[in-house]
Amino acid sequence: MFQQKQSSSWISSHWWKVTGSLLVLYSIILGLLGEVPVLPILHESVRNLYFHVTMWFGMLAIFSISLYHSIMYLSNTNIKNDIGAEKFANTGILFGTLGVITGSLWARFTWGAWWVNDPKLNGAAISILIYFAYVVLRNSMDEEQKRAKVAAVYNIFAYVLMLVFVMVYPRLNQVDSLHPGNGGNPGFSSYDLDENMRIVFYPAVLGWILIGIWISKLAVRAEVVVYNQLNISTENNIDKNEEIL
Amino acid sequence: MKKSYNWLLILLLTLLNNVMSAQNTIDMADTMRSNGKIYVVVGVISIIFIGIIVYLIRLDVKIGKIEKNQNKK
Repeated sequence: MFQQKQSSSWISSHWWKVTGSLLVLYSIILGLLGEVPVLPILHESVRNLYFHVTMWFGMLAIFSISLYHSIMYLSNTNIKNDIGAEKFANTGILFGTLGVITGSLWARFTWGAWWVNDPKLNGAAISILIYFAYVVLRNSMDEEQKRAKVAAVYNIFAYVLMLVFVMVYPRLNQVDSLHPGNGGNPGFSSYDLDENMRIVFYPAVLGWILIGIWISKLAVRAEVVVYNQLNISTENNIDKNEEIL
Repeated sequence: MKKSYNWLLILLLTLLNNVMSAQNTIDMADTMRSNGKIYVVVGVISIIFIGIIVYLIRLDVKIGKIEKNQNKK
């Protein structure tokens, strides 16, 4: 998506990395110093919105790109798409794990426990476990094309399950959650109404997504180098200038 | 005898009070100390984040060099 031919200038191939870094840096500075709504229980910890919630938005975006690679692999069986799916899934797992840990810390000081029986917490934890299973499944097979195919199919399955557990399950009628927007708690939209938070939160989300893409692409490029090195004698080399995300 | 003691005590207390109040106001209201020292935290987190970004940039450059090398062969 972003990869340019080598002949293009530095800015046109790296602008999104700079943008992502600056946006997150901006969200750190303004997120800690800016004005926030005065709310009971939350107090200053409402600022975690800029850091904890952005992890989940980032995770969703990164898993979506991983899904895109898996679908592309099934349609063109280019091994680079398999590598892409795996590395983006890894970054998504990183974001999700950080989201769970930071959420746990936040819960300890607002809800009073490290882990509460909340559908969003359990759903997120199950999603992360599903993606752990993806990594284990992919690593359990040796034959390249078979591994790539099975992993791609499972990745599509994992993505749908993740959407169900993160997006659908917490929204069911019978399910109560301590999170905003559920069970009579003030909704996410009430933060949205606060102009001061909105101008920090959305740039932060975009910034973390860009940084997640950056990390994933670095891992992909390193893996492609290793792959080419291993297949140096064969004609299976991946062309670096191929237009793949 | 007792009178002179009282005088000394008052002097000591006054001195002590002066020292204490001097210590209370020694916090200077420069930028990094104001607002409950939140700027220090902002600085620390920013430095850590910039450090990670610098590390990513170095990785990016290194992988780019290896890619170039490999494509030459």
